[in-house]
Amino acid sequence: MTTLLAILVDGSIYASWLFLVAAGLTVIYGVMRILNMAHGSFYAIGAYSAASLVGWWFTGVGGNPYVSYLLLVGAALVSGLVVGLVVEFALLRRMYGKDEILMVIITYALLLILEDAVKLVWGVDPYFTYQPYSLMGRSTFGGLTFAIYDLGLVGVSLAIGISLWLILNKTHKGKLLRAVIHDREVAVAMGVNVKAMFAVTFAVGATLGALAGALTAPAISVSPGIGVEVIVLAFAVVVVGGMGSIGGAAAGAVLVGLTRAMAVHLAPELELFVIYSVMSLVLAVRPQGLFGRTLVRKI
Amino acid sequence: MRLDRTELWLLASGVVLALGVFVLPNWLTFLLTIAFAKGLVVQGVVVQMRAGLVSFGQGLYYCIGGYTVGMGGQWLGVHDAFVLLALSMVAAAVVAMVLGLLLTRYREIFFAMLTLAFSMILYGVLAKSQSLGSTDGFNVHGITALGWTPGSSGKMFVYVLTCGIAAVAAVFLHRLSKSSVGYVCEAIRENEVRVEYLGASPRWTLYSTYVLAAAVSALGGGLTGMATGHVDPEMAYWTTSGEFVFIALLGGIGHVAAPFVAASLFSTVRTYAIQFVPHSWQMILGFVLLGIIIFLPKGLWSLFKRTRKAEARV
Repeated sequence: MTTLLAILVDGSIYASWLFLVAAGLTVIYGVMRILNMAHGSFYAIGAYSAASLVGWWFTGVGGNPYVSYLLLVGAALVSGLVVGLVVEFALLRRMYGKDEILMVIITYALLLILEDAVKLVWGVDPYFTYQPYSLMGRSTFGGLTFAIYDLGLVGVSLAIGISLWLILNKTHKGKLLRAVIHDREVAVAMGVNVKAMFAVTFAVGATLGALAGALTAPAISVSPGIGVEVIVLAFAVVVVGGMGSIGGAAAGAVLVGLTRAMAVHLAPELELFVIYSVMSLVLAVRPQGLFGRTLVRKI
Repeated sequence: MRLDRTELWLLASGVVLALGVFVLPNWLTFLLTIAFAKGLVVQGVVVQMRAGLVSFGQGLYYCIGGYTVGMGGQWLGVHDAFVLLALSMVAAAVVAMVLGLLLTRYREIFFAMLTLAFSMILYGVLAKSQSLGSTDGFNVHGITALGWTPGSSGKMFVYVLTCGIAAVAAVFLHRLSKSSVGYVCEAIRENEVRVEYLGASPRWTLYSTYVLAAAVSALGGGLTGMATGHVDPEMAYWTTSGEFVFIALLGGIGHVAAPFVAASLFSTVRTYAIQFVPHSWQMILGFVLLGIIIFLPKGLWSLFKRTRKAEARV
C-alpha cells in the first residue's frame, strides 16, 4: 500500500517535471514542424541562469529568501526569451522550408554550439542552489515524506498546461496559431503573419524549456550534460503523446512518469529501459502517437 | 571478379596504409585504427542516407559489435579476432532483422527517433547491468588471430586488420552502390511512390540495406573494442550516434571512401581540439555542421568533384 502511494506520488511529480520539459518541445514542433534537439540546451541555460542568480541572491546579497522564487522564474523568462529570439533571428529564420530531417540536424548543430557556450559562460563546475528547495520543507502523509517543493512543481505544471490549452483554444491569437498548425499555406494565404507567429512560438517554446530548467535547478546539481540527458526524455514524452499536441504531451508525461516510478520502486535496474520501451511500443503501434492526427501522404 | 579503377584504388590504399605499420608512429596508427573503425560505422549510416533515411541510433550496432567482442572473450572463451568479428556481425544482423521489420515502416524523423529510442534502450539495459560493469563497461583483452598471439604487438595487429577490413568493406559497399539495390535506394530517396509504381519493393530494399548497415557498423564497434581494449554503454548513447551522423554529413554520400576520410579528419581535429580548446570542441563541430549544411550540402567530398558536377547539371 505504501509502495503504491509512493509510486503514485513519485509518478505524478516525475510526470509533471516531464511535462514541463516536453511542453516547449511539442509547441515548437506543432507549429513549426521543427523537432528541436536544442531544447535540452534551453533547459540547461534556464537552469544555469537561475542557479547563478539565486546563488548570488543568497550568498552575495543575503536578501529575503522568498524573493528567490521570483528570481527563479525571472531568470528563466529573460534567458529563454533572449536565447530563443536570437536563435530564431540568426539561424532558423534562414532555414524554414527545409526538410524536417534536415531541421533535426540543424538543431543538433545548435545543441552542440549551445552546450559549449554554456560551458564557456558558466564553467564546468557544478552549481548548487538548494535554498529554494529546502525553504519549503517537507510534509508527511501516509507514512511517506515528500519535499513540498516537488509537490509545488505538480501545481506549476498543471497551471502551465491549462494556460497553454486556454491560450490555444480560447483566444484569438490561439485560433490563428491553430490555423497555422492545421495548414500553413492556407493560413499564409488568408493573411496570417506566419513569420511573426513562428518567432513568437519559438521564443515561447524556448522560454518553457528554460523555465523547466530553472524550476529543476534547486532540486539537482546543475552541471554540464544535463541538457543532453533531458532532450531524449522529452523526445520520449512527446513521441508517446503525439508530436505537437499539448494534451498528448500531458498524457505522455503521465504514462512515462508512472511507468518510471513503478520501475524505480519495483525493479530499479529497468528504470531507463522502461522509458524508451514505452516510446518504442507506442511508436510501433501508433506511430502518430496516442493523440496525434494521422497525416495524409502528399505525393 | 574484375575490379574497376575505384576498387583497385581502394585496395591499394588499404595495402599502403597497412604497410604503414612499419613506419608510422604508434600514436598515429592508433588514431587511424579508431578513425577507420568509426568510418565503418559511418558507412552504415551513409548506406541508409543514400536511401534518404537518417539513423540517429547507429550507436546501437556499434555497441553490439563492441560488446560481442568483449563478451565473446569473457564468457565464451573465444579470443580469435576473426571469429569474434564474425560473431559481432551475426549478432548485429540478427537484432537488425528483428528491429528492421518495424523500422522499415518509418521515414524521416520517425525513423530517426525510433532508431534513437532503440539505441537508448540498449544503453539503459547495459548501464544498469552489474555483471557487465554497469556504466563503466569492461575490458577486452587477449585477442589472438588464427592461433597466433600478437601479445605486445596487439595494437599493430588490430591496425593492420582494420585497414584490411576497411578496404574490403569499401570495395563491397562500392559494388553495392553500383548494384540494382544501390540504385533503387537512390530512387527511393528521390521518390518512393514512383519506385513502388515501377514494381520495385522499397520496403524490402530498405530492410536488406538496414540489416547490411547494421553488420558493417558492428564490425566498426568490434574493431574499436579490440583497439581500445575497453567497451562501455556510452557506445550506445545517442550522442555517439550523433557523432556518426556528423561524420557522415562531413564526408557526404558521394563516394565510398568519404566516410573514412571524414572520420580520419574528425579524429585528428578532435585529438588537437580536446588538447587546446577542451570546452569549445563541440562548438566547433556545431559551426562546421551548419557550414556544411549551408554551403556544402553534399559533404566535403563534393569539393573534389566540383567541375564534373557543373558539367552534369546542363
